[in-house]
Amino acid sequence: MYPTDRRYSRDHEWAKDEDDGTFLIGITDYAQEHLGDIVFLELPRVGATMNQMEKLGEVESVKSVSDLLLPISGEIVEVNQVAVDSPEIVNEDPYDQGWLVRVNPSQADEMDGLMTAADYESFLESLD
Amino acid sequence: MKRTPLFQSHVSMGAQMLPFAGWEMPIQYSGILAEARAVRFAAGIFDVSHMGRVEITGSDAAQFIHRLVTGDVLKMLTGRARYTIICNEAGGIIDDTIVYRLDGERFLMVPNASNADEVLDWLNHWKDTWASRIELNVITEETALIALQGPLAEEILQPICSVDMSDVRPFRCVQGQVSGVKAIICRTGYTGENGFEIVLPAEGASSIWQSFMDGGAIPCGLGARDVLRLEAGLLLHGSDMDSSVTPLEAGLERYVNWDQGDFIGLPALYESKSNGLSRALVGFRLVERGVPRHGYPIVNGHGPIGNVTSGTYSPTLDMGIGLGYVSLEFSTLGTRISIDIRGRLVEAEVTAIPFYSRKR
Repeated sequence: MYPTDRRYSRDHEWAKDEDDGTFLIGITDYAQEHLGDIVFLELPRVGATMNQMEKLGEVESVKSVSDLLLPISGEIVEVNQVAVDSPEIVNEDPYDQGWLVRVNPSQADEMDGLMTAADYESFLESLD
Repeated sequence: MKRTPLFQSHVSMGAQMLPFAGWEMPIQYSGILAEARAVRFAAGIFDVSHMGRVEITGSDAAQFIHRLVTGDVLKMLTGRARYTIICNEAGGIIDDTIVYRLDGERFLMVPNASNADEVLDWLNHWKDTWASRIELNVITEETALIALQGPLAEEILQPICSVDMSDVRPFRCVQGQVSGVKAIICRTGYTGENGFEIVLPAEGASSIWQSFMDGGAIPCGLGARDVLRLEAGLLLHGSDMDSSVTPLEAGLERYVNWDQGDFIGLPALYESKSNGLSRALVGFRLVERGVPRHGYPIVNGHGPIGNVTSGTYSPTLDMGIGLGYVSLEFSTLGTRISIDIRGRLVEAEVTAIPFYSRKR
């Protein structure tokens, strides 16, 4: 059920190789389900450079607020303005229209340290 | 962890369950925003069986309650309900509650879940102290409490209710039958919408819950309830008030019976009123985007001036709203303040409570 075209972090973010040198970053279905209705996203400015696991921003639902962590190091080259303006899209479509930022990675091999879809699913089972 | 008579209904419907005041309660079903919307535009049902239910009966019952709450109980007619406040000797708020007069010598008091034990101890203490001829009967476990709220609430209730509810105005209660089950039906609520709170035997709860769903009511959790009550400017004990604040500071003076009052805490409230207040509860709305939450500092250009006691994103108004105590000089409507949202200062404005009122 988790898309196999991307990798996953233990903090429930995903990173997807766009095959154009950039990676899209978002949160998983598990994350959006647990957050509930998302009403506010705080994301960095385009041009910001960050390290892996550095705080990317915050996602705020009616219930709670959580930090977003960047799963791979790099420069933020695009922010999904649709998600900023209509955060509910992250609940509705976390893997496609609800992506958060586009990253130009500085160490693309960090992807190898992230989980595959199958590993992430086993990881989720271990949480319950 | 205690469970309400509707626990199985919640679990079988896939509700997210969380502990609340010692009870395992549904926080949400389909989603907080969808549930809140259902209550504003159609109808929702809430299991609020975790709230306390104490029957107070006996020849001294009216006088006894009158001396323990800020409102006038002696004047209450049978079939009336009243929102009122229980204060300690210092005028601090032990709890807010609704008192229902079911008969001349029979009342029902509904304290908050988290205060139910403390309120019962307080009632017992004064019963003994005053040697009151009353009986206290806790009926929390043998009954359920369901809130049916929203513009379609009456249409859903009436076909299965033995009483003509069009005669039952707000803050009135009747005894009748719902789906053939004996019930106390009250036109009260905690959402800002028209609706009912219904006390019924525990064993009848699941079938009536199902009847309301069959009638089109959407099951709602405590998450939506909190959003709705805050939009309606209704305070939550434990967040917006506690025994360290008085009804005057909490903006609840209209519930204080200054004239005929003879209740615990009245002398302290008189003194507090003559000394003047130093802080007040205000409502505020965020001018920028963000979500205020309990505990966040309220600041102005010179530093902290108070704390947020409740905050949420308001789906009805599409903005962040909240309540908090500030020094009196900042309590005027229109005052510009800021909320410190985890280090980010977000501009806000002191606004009138309630934030939302239904069109009548």
